[in-house]
Amino acid sequence: MSNTTAVDRRASAAPSMETTKNPVAIELAGVHKWYGDFHVLRDINLKIERRERIVICGPSGSGKSTMIRCINRLEEHQRGRIVVDGVELTNDLKKVDEVRRDVGMVFQHFNLFPHLTVLENCTLSPIWVRKMPKKDAEAIAMHYLARVKIPEQAGKYPGQLSGGQQQRVAIARALCMNPKIMLFDEPTSALDPEMVKEVLDTMVGLAQDGMTMLVVSHEMGFARQVANRVIFMDAGQIIEANEPREFFSNPQHERTRLFLSQILH
Amino acid sequence: MADEAANLAFAREHLADRVEPPKTATGAVGWVRRNLLSGWFNIALTLVSLYVLWLVVPPLLKFLVLDAVWEGTGRDDCLPEKVGRDVGACWPFIRAKFSQFVYGFYPADQYWRVNLTFALGAAWLVPLLIPQLPYKGLNAALFFGVFPVVAFVLLVGGVFGLSHVETRVWGGLLVTLVVAVTGIIASLPLGVMLALGRRSQMPVVRMLSVIFIEFWRGVPLITVLFFATYMLPLFLPAEWTIDSLLRALVGVALFSAAYMAEVVRGGLQAIPKGQYEGAQALGLGYWQMMGLIVLPQALRIVIPGIVNTFIGLFKDTTLVMIVAIFDLLGQLRAAFADPNWSTPTTLFTGFAFAGIIYFFFCFGMSRYSLLVERRLSRVERR
Repeated sequence: MSNTTAVDRRASAAPSMETTKNPVAIELAGVHKWYGDFHVLRDINLKIERRERIVICGPSGSGKSTMIRCINRLEEHQRGRIVVDGVELTNDLKKVDEVRRDVGMVFQHFNLFPHLTVLENCTLSPIWVRKMPKKDAEAIAMHYLARVKIPEQAGKYPGQLSGGQQQRVAIARALCMNPKIMLFDEPTSALDPEMVKEVLDTMVGLAQDGMTMLVVSHEMGFARQVANRVIFMDAGQIIEANEPREFFSNPQHERTRLFLSQILH
Repeated sequence: MADEAANLAFAREHLADRVEPPKTATGAVGWVRRNLLSGWFNIALTLVSLYVLWLVVPPLLKFLVLDAVWEGTGRDDCLPEKVGRDVGACWPFIRAKFSQFVYGFYPADQYWRVNLTFALGAAWLVPLLIPQLPYKGLNAALFFGVFPVVAFVLLVGGVFGLSHVETRVWGGLLVTLVVAVTGIIASLPLGVMLALGRRSQMPVVRMLSVIFIEFWRGVPLITVLFFATYMLPLFLPAEWTIDSLLRALVGVALFSAAYMAEVVRGGLQAIPKGQYEGAQALGLGYWQMMGLIVLPQALRIVIPGIVNTFIGLFKDTTLVMIVAIFDLLGQLRAAFADPNWSTPTTLFTGFAFAGIIYFFFCFGMSRYSLLVERRLSRVERR
């Protein structure tokens, strides 16, 4: 967002930069996962540094969603190591909670809570998980709702908003936890075409503020503009990764070329 | 307008004006024509309905009001051959037995304790049911936390200078309401816990919940009551005496909890996986996720089912009669035995009275649940 103020920047992204020394935000080493006999993730090795913006693309069923869902343990991996912000994900629920507090996630279908107002959606987690006083939580929520440009909708219920507005609320809701890392699982795939831009603009603003972002998306324009790395996955593996210009103009692997030729017409 | 239909290329020059919707027949005549006489099938249904009403309403009115006896002191006032006309309902019978129907054999000089309990219950329940009134938390604490204790002390007595009243002498509407309200208040939280247990990731919890639910759903309530009243004492040490009303209460509560659990489970299953994931991704723990996100939505969905179970429970309380606890219906049947009121219409009068009372409570619950549903759907306007 071009008109993001200095106050915004200080309140959101900056603290997470200063509080941690570790330059590696996320590390996946030899990660495997199976659904029954089906081998969804095969030997995933990926190291993501702070402030990186990574766009992951690939055909459906390639395991890209599963991979980012492993990062906040919505899915369990069965072999290998996943370390998020210095915390290794194991069956230890305390560690899982610790990671989830610091990793925000935005879903394809928003997953807003329909029985709560927009403001309540945003304050819920700060109040119950961070144990923040209600007043402070509401101030923060209003700050982020203003940032995604829908402060006037705070009193409404999600069902009364358009898809694009709902997705922006979902982003604000995640930001209210002041996350160090943001995961986006196909954030624009369920939106009407005319609403994609408002959501992407919000994400561009976040990226400019230095948020560490992992985005599963087929918005290649967004990847070109924002990503510092594009990853192509197929059949549960990382097939190719490169900085966007090289990735699009000079794909190395044949499957990447085939995929790009199909989505870029 | 023809242009856009006929031409391949078209660009609108003026935006179309907003036009009022066409006026169909309005007023009462229009309503009747639209809703009762819109086609041959509708006309036939209207005629059949009118015929059924004609069959039911006049005789009912005749029995309950026109031919009814309103004043009197004994059977002579309600016997056709003594009165010299057709006799419908014998209302003096109800008036004479009224205190028995309400209090059972509760000591007459202690009726105020029952009345006070009823009044307190109503005073704390009614504001709780009216959504516009404030202090819902405090109100709920009073009704669900304080009221059961106060009601217990008031009704049972034995402390604060109140004489002890054994539950054996309780009866009538008092017992019906005690059993129903306890069952309703206990079955919902128990049912919710069982439903969560049945969907738990932990195999032991899940299995215990399934066994509990299937056991209680698999046996008839009458069996449960019989067992609690006549068999249980045989298994327990002789010095353990558990109040028979309490035993029935526990039986009814556990029985309805099993049904409630399945109703709630239906609601839980209707909540999309995304809601769980959204809550988990925000770092909410299991109980926070269930209490703040999943259950509020799930319970809303199954309000009709919950109220259905409540209504069923309310009427099932009449089964305590078979273990010698005299609820409203039990007292009624006891009153039929009184020779002073034995007339051809006493039986019908008594059942009409009981029917009206049960209908009042059950219909009330039903209407209230509709109101809640409408209110919730209006709030979210999805």
